[in-house]
Amino acid sequence: MNIRSQVSMVFHLDKCIGCHTCSVACKNVWTDRKGADYMWWNNVETKPGTGYPTKWEDQEQYRGGWEKNGDEPIHIKSTGKARVVPNIFHNPHMPSMDDYYEPWTYDYQNLFNAEEGSDQPIAKPISMITGEDIEIEAGPNWDDDLGGSKIYAANDPNLKGLSEQQRLQLSSVERLVLFYLPRICNHCLNPCCVASCPSGALYKRGEDGIVLIDQKKCRAWRSCVAACPYKKTYFNWFTGKSEKCILCFPRLETGQAPACFHSCVGRIRYLGVLLYDADRLEDVANLPDEELVNGHRSLILDPHDPEVVRKAQSAGIPDGVIESAQQSPVYKFVMDWKIALPPHIEYRTLPMLFYVPPMSPVIADFENGLASHKMQGLFHGIDESRMPMQYFANLFGGGHEGVVRYAMGKQLAVRWHRRAETVGDVDRATADKFLREADCSLEEAEAIYKLTSLCTFEDRFVIPPMYREQAIEMIKEPGEHKAETGFGFVGGPQRGL
Amino acid sequence: MSQHFFDQFLFVALPYVCLFTFFLMTIYRYRAQSFSYSSLSSQFLENKHHFWAVVPFHYGILIVTAGHFLAFLIPRQLLAWNSVPWRLFVLEISALAFGILTIIGLAGVIVRRMSSSKVRMVTTPTDWILFLMLLVQTVSGVSIALFYPWGSSWFATNMTPYLWSILKLSPDVSFVAAMPWLIKLHVVLAFLTIGFFPFTRLVHVLVIPNPYLWRKPQVVRWYGRK
Ligand code: HEM
Ligand code: SF4
Ligand code: SF4
Repeated sequence: MNIRSQVSMVFHLDKCIGCHTCSVACKNVWTDRKGADYMWWNNVETKPGTGYPTKWEDQEQYRGGWEKNGDEPIHIKSTGKARVVPNIFHNPHMPSMDDYYEPWTYDYQNLFNAEEGSDQPIAKPISMITGEDIEIEAGPNWDDDLGGSKIYAANDPNLKGLSEQQRLQLSSVERLVLFYLPRICNHCLNPCCVASCPSGALYKRGEDGIVLIDQKKCRAWRSCVAACPYKKTYFNWFTGKSEKCILCFPRLETGQAPACFHSCVGRIRYLGVLLYDADRLEDVANLPDEELVNGHRSLILDPHDPEVVRKAQSAGIPDGVIESAQQSPVYKFVMDWKIALPPHIEYRTLPMLFYVPPMSPVIADFENGLASHKMQGLFHGIDESRMPMQYFANLFGGGHEGVVRYAMGKQLAVRWHRRAETVGDVDRATADKFLREADCSLEEAEAIYKLTSLCTFEDRFVIPPMYREQAIEMIKEPGEHKAETGFGFVGGPQRGL
Repeated sequence: MSQHFFDQFLFVALPYVCLFTFFLMTIYRYRAQSFSYSSLSSQFLENKHHFWAVVPFHYGILIVTAGHFLAFLIPRQLLAWNSVPWRLFVLEISALAFGILTIIGLAGVIVRRMSSSKVRMVTTPTDWILFLMLLVQTVSGVSIALFYPWGSSWFATNMTPYLWSILKLSPDVSFVAAMPWLIKLHVVLAFLTIGFFPFTRLVHVLVIPNPYLWRKPQVVRWYGRK
């Protein structure tokens, strides 16, 4: 057993209101720069929809992630070792700016400087790249709230396997349904971006698992952009370096939650440490599709198990981090309750950001111009929700419904339970029946309710001590380090000629 | 007399200045500004014509450059190969073909840079100077192949000794001094390109990845641990 710790995340989709505050917080802190202007390390997509970059989940087009053919070991679907030599000059699977959008601003000066005339001056949109006038044709959330759903939602790759009737249902006005999917880098355990980099510029930090790109080593071979199935490495077109979400490590190291977590209006985000067994990564990444979700879980170790604690200590994980792992809200969602699931586990990068799937509104019957709900009880069963189970299975279950059903059933049971507790128009026996069916004890239901609805900052973000200062002391005299800090770049990073 | 002085300047002084600049500045730039070492790919901004420009150019230039290196490093073996006429023809024709491929690719690179307004934004004056130098260099190279054939042999017999004499710090210009002006131009421009190299995007040639094919897929960095 080779125990490592990983700062992991849960996004509770039932709570996301699609406000994009997270995206803006991230943009203001990190990507408000030339070349990074089109990047959204954190973006929020409307589902069903095609997302950003457009149709990123269609791996026949983008060829991200790992591929498994039969019994052979997995390989990088885009340019792995064998194909990197001929493809280094031109990467055939590299998305271009057209797949994202051309960033623009407005010519505000015209409002002040326009010649006097008979028309009101306007601020025309201009490209942030060329400065020329542009026709805006796409944006990072172009299909927000199902805008243009005939083109966008209808082409969502997650609709795979849905019946014609289900698809029609999704697009009929009376039964429209949507939810939001906020996305950041998943800081995967088996990151394809790292594995694909010819320069070895990408790496995973040993102590906390944050995946970073060494800006001094990146040479713009852009393999990572093609390889990440979540399209969470971006190419800075100005500096000629790839960039990605850094999980706000400078904030984490000073005990603060990442900017997108901190600013989240819906309080949907949770952060905490998971301990995992790095020796079994390869085996798990090679499991058949239907075993992936459970295999991924089996990597995660119980931080309360004395055996695990002992081994973690001997692996050099500080006590503070182990304690933090024991309080991790992520462990509760993913392991204790099993209601948070990894996105697209079939890409086999073993993402460490988990989603609690959202409950969606119920299907209504539409007769004689009147909508009537066909459910009997107070809450509808999960199969009556407007969003078909297969859709969630494609997104969070690697195409398989079982784990998603379990997560949804438990959430439903918690609702019955709380209704019985607070409103009282549901009798206890019914609530208990639902809890039993959902494999959920009373205490568990209460705990889920509390961490979902009444959670404070401290409940949501259990940030481990990062001990970077000690880590530095191990290699260098602190005074010396202090004197050198800031001298990493001579004259600041500048684009090459 | 002045001709002699001129040759000394072009084929002794200039090469040393250029080689010196090359070594000094690539190392300095790597140490002080390793951030600036990048192929500065523009594929992200323009992906339709990218393949047809960058790929032929690179296959062409890499093979042609490799040919020059071979003649420089193993002249005897090359001459032995060329001693059978059909082998000489094969070599000459393929060298010419790759030279032409380079010109086509380079023309593609230049036209693409001029026609795409986005790519123009990431093209610097240095790039234009470099493209001009490379264009003159490749066109003169292909012209030499056409007008002064069997270069694979006369390079090995005449140019290789000159280049070695430079490297061995006992310059002997007698071989180049007798060459036609087209070849002299090609040689002078080659040294100028080497001298200009560290100030351009060409530095990407020095950082081509090699450990990738052998390393383990995942990279983990620890603080204070190897
Ligand atoms: C194995 C060696 C080499 C590799 C791996 C390599 C790789 C690359 C890559 C990835 C690009 C960026 C293309 C893009 O996406 O826009 C590039 C551009 C370029 N390379 Fe190389 N290169 C190599 C050798 C050379 C050599 C020997 C030369 C010339 C002497 C050269 C000259 C150039 C030039 C001029 C560009 C700019 C092309 C443009 O404007 O798009 N390269 N190279
Ligand atoms: S989400 Fe993409 S960029 Fe992030 S670690 Fe995974 S493969 Fe790499
Ligand atoms: S800030 Fe929170 S609630 Fe708002 S869009 Fe982002 S994740 Fe959703």
